[in-house]
Amino acid sequence: MKLTRRDVIKAQAATVAASVAGISLPASASNLITSSAANELTWSKAPCRFCGTGCGISVATKNGKVVATHGDVKAEVNKGLSCVKGYFLSKILYGKDRLTQPLLRKRDGVYHKEGEFTPVSWDEAFDIMADKWKATLKAKGPTGIGMFGSGQWTVHEGYAAVKLMKAGFLSNNIDPNARHCMASAVGGFMRTFGIDEPMGCYDDFESSDAFVLWGSNMAEMHPILWTRIADRRLSHPHVKVAVLSTYKHRSFDLADIPAIFTPQTDLVLLNAIANYIIESGNVNQSFIEKHVNFREGVTDIGYGLRPTHELEKKAKNANKAGASKAIDFAAFAEFVKPYTFEYAEKMSGVPAANIEKIAKLYADPSTKVMSLWTMGANQHTRGVWTNNLLYNIHLLTGKISEPGNGPFSLTGQPSACGTAREVGTFSHRLPADMVVANPEHRAYSEKVWKLPKGILNPKPGAHAVKQSRDLKDGKINVYWLQVNNNMQAGPNINEEMLPGYRNPDNFIVCSDPYPTVTAEASDLILPTAMWVEKEGVYGNAERRTQAWYQLVNAPGEARSDLWQLVEFSKRFTTEEVWPAEVLAKNPAYKGKTLFDVLFKNGQVDKFPLSHISQDYENQESNDFGFYLQKGLFEEYAAFGRGHGHDLADYDRYHKERGLRWPVVNGKETQWRFKEGSDPYVKAGTGYQFYGKPDNRAVIFALPYEPPAESPDAEFDMWLSTGRVLEHWHTGSMTQRVPELYKSFPDALCYMHPKDAKQRGLRRGDEVRVISRRGEIKTRVETRGRNKPPVGLVFVPFFDATQLINKVCLDATDPISKQTDFKKCAVKIVKA
Amino acid sequence: MFKIFTQKWLTGCFGLGLLGLSLFVSGVSNAQAQDVQIATMRDNILLTEEVAPPAIAKVENKDLKRMRDYPQQPPTVPHIISKYQIDKNVNQCMDCHARDKASDVQATPVGVSHYLNREDEYQAGMSPRRYFCTQCHVTQTESKPLIDNVFVDVNDLMKPAAK
Repeated sequence: MKLTRRDVIKAQAATVAASVAGISLPASASNLITSSAANELTWSKAPCRFCGTGCGISVATKNGKVVATHGDVKAEVNKGLSCVKGYFLSKILYGKDRLTQPLLRKRDGVYHKEGEFTPVSWDEAFDIMADKWKATLKAKGPTGIGMFGSGQWTVHEGYAAVKLMKAGFLSNNIDPNARHCMASAVGGFMRTFGIDEPMGCYDDFESSDAFVLWGSNMAEMHPILWTRIADRRLSHPHVKVAVLSTYKHRSFDLADIPAIFTPQTDLVLLNAIANYIIESGNVNQSFIEKHVNFREGVTDIGYGLRPTHELEKKAKNANKAGASKAIDFAAFAEFVKPYTFEYAEKMSGVPAANIEKIAKLYADPSTKVMSLWTMGANQHTRGVWTNNLLYNIHLLTGKISEPGNGPFSLTGQPSACGTAREVGTFSHRLPADMVVANPEHRAYSEKVWKLPKGILNPKPGAHAVKQSRDLKDGKINVYWLQVNNNMQAGPNINEEMLPGYRNPDNFIVCSDPYPTVTAEASDLILPTAMWVEKEGVYGNAERRTQAWYQLVNAPGEARSDLWQLVEFSKRFTTEEVWPAEVLAKNPAYKGKTLFDVLFKNGQVDKFPLSHISQDYENQESNDFGFYLQKGLFEEYAAFGRGHGHDLADYDRYHKERGLRWPVVNGKETQWRFKEGSDPYVKAGTGYQFYGKPDNRAVIFALPYEPPAESPDAEFDMWLSTGRVLEHWHTGSMTQRVPELYKSFPDALCYMHPKDAKQRGLRRGDEVRVISRRGEIKTRVETRGRNKPPVGLVFVPFFDATQLINKVCLDATDPISKQTDFKKCAVKIVKA
Repeated sequence: MFKIFTQKWLTGCFGLGLLGLSLFVSGVSNAQAQDVQIATMRDNILLTEEVAPPAIAKVENKDLKRMRDYPQQPPTVPHIISKYQIDKNVNQCMDCHARDKASDVQATPVGVSHYLNREDEYQAGMSPRRYFCTQCHVTQTESKPLIDNVFVDVNDLMKPAAK
């Protein structure tokens, strides 16, 4: 047996220590545990807390603590694997600075906007909140209040929040941080298919011949899905991987066809591929004749900036950005004709030969191809267009909704699909893809929610970026954030965010387990239970709904977002928040609290505590006296059952490793819209894109338009922001895990060595990253995992000490209202 | 500027709870609002302020195995790997960590789990789904975490209550 020198030293050290102390090693130091009871761990299942992949995690608890976590071998998504973040889930609960009491800014014993954070009771916290909410509702009505939630809310939490805001306060000013992340994907789905979320599923990975990444660094951001692609590619030599991005990253390590394109020119590349499919005679004619319509979208739609901005004043169609008109195939072919490979090369910088290689993966009828994308396509001032153009190339070829063939919009957050999208926590939405502007949808919701007829507010509320603007402008005066850290993750912090939070007219409430920068910018901080400290449900990117039990108790007085929402509803009577004429017509609702009408409505409180598993705690239910999570879920499920969004019975999710909706007759659905695999598709039709009235998906003619801001003589570099493997979003959980912190402690400015040299910079030099809006100080990195081309820098946003979003532009896609965090103009100066 | 929730302060006050916190806070009630700092991860920098970033952190390169928090935790990498090639052509980690190479250099051979495919069957060689080592195994820099973590090792939980 060989031992290293260090191994020997270590062995000797232990013996020496023991002999110096004059003892032989005691029996208790033996590593053999003889009691099976002492040795026992309780293993339970939970979906991962981090990305939209939705890995199943096995969680071990002992004596009320989480002691170990690893990939669940029974979970179909990950089959025993987990990424480094997932393996360290055990420690995210245990950062030493967990918040355990509400903290209110006070001076001389009373609330003061400029006061110090002072511990208060939940009663005092809710008292001041209720005062502020009531005063604002009285002065300004429902548009004066706002809520910013999350794709990390559980389904129950998002549902309770949307109900409290839209049905209780009659305000549509609720939006999730998923607006920053998935809104363009939603816009793409609704425009092309009329129904949200991917038609395919993760099973596609094991049968595809080609994978094309359009603005996604799956190797770092969806690591476990990347293991499935790596498995497929490395086990089947015919499989090809193409990676398109504006800079080189870890996903390029598996790329057969790498392509670095100039920001925004993905629009050109996608149209060039559509053109090639047509010109090479590879259009699936029978498919498009039976299942597709063609439309041309309006152009010159602006950049979602404030209406006073020069770019908005110039844009002709900013007010009708989503409009389009019917065209035919010939007109579409004519539209994409100018998008030749030569033109695409000129615009994008990708060699024509490489574009052709990628185009052939789509055009060749015998190649099964999956397109995958995330923030590169979605955080884009033409994000909905990009999504539409991606669907175009799959629809032209009929490569959709079958094993191995399909466009797959990946999601970023663990329940961006399950909560933000399916529950409908967006400012314009209601559950199950319904919208507030549609009178039938409102009527249906009023019926399910047992509300007076006509009470729901028909006017869409403020979306994420508009909420920040409205806070700054004093239009929204009370604001509640849950499960997000928007002061770090939102765009243009200095100009458009911080001023609104610190506006003396405004009262900002932040619910979080930890003191984040958003908490610091707020006036009241509510300590929050996280992950397995509560029972919950998440929905992942492949429509898989997954439930977990409360496995441990939250520390101190920390309570889940769900408890906070429901408890707060007790503070309001219908007289205080609903119009008098509605109550006059519906006297049965008089004298009731919002808790009574929203949660104790005979539906949400239908299931007794005895339905809760005997093996687990349930803080909220025990507090309210009924099985709250089951009641909320079953009421919510009524929206989607029979409407293409069917969910199984709640109890079943506790037994399964998730089920992909629609779940019809107890069976999940892998591929939607395809006869034989989707129960909603009628026999003999082949395909039915039933989100549209005529069962046809739409191919859109949409051009290239330039970005909101491009490098110029002064601000001469592109800035792209994003994540790193080791940290989740703003790092509020992962930066508190020592191993993850130490693996990637500080943000860096990734830069091409030539750009560094040109500016007299060397690796490790301190630099200022400056835009027209703000600046940060960071260090130059010319090596490492990200290798930008000349002219572009990449800075991750996880680092609370380097708030790169001070630099970002708050330009959004005019259709989806999603911010473009991937491109603005900066200069890099030696500090 | 009065900095209230410094890391040191939090560490010290953690056990004191409500009493300690309210006493402390009342003692600084005249501080400026903009100076109220609780975002521990910003290390006492105002939200509006920019300070010199720390030097690029050096990777610990001592080649000493580190204890795992629990048996399922992927071991962290105890040496520099910045120049290792891990792509579809070559995985340089396996030069030392492959079963048939590890003993030569006294490296840790890849765990037995790495031979399992998606169907939970052992294969002759490492499963391709485990090919990209850095998805789970990360190096550690010499940086000191800003916030302590109070995760309790299961061995400590099993010990009889401290006297």
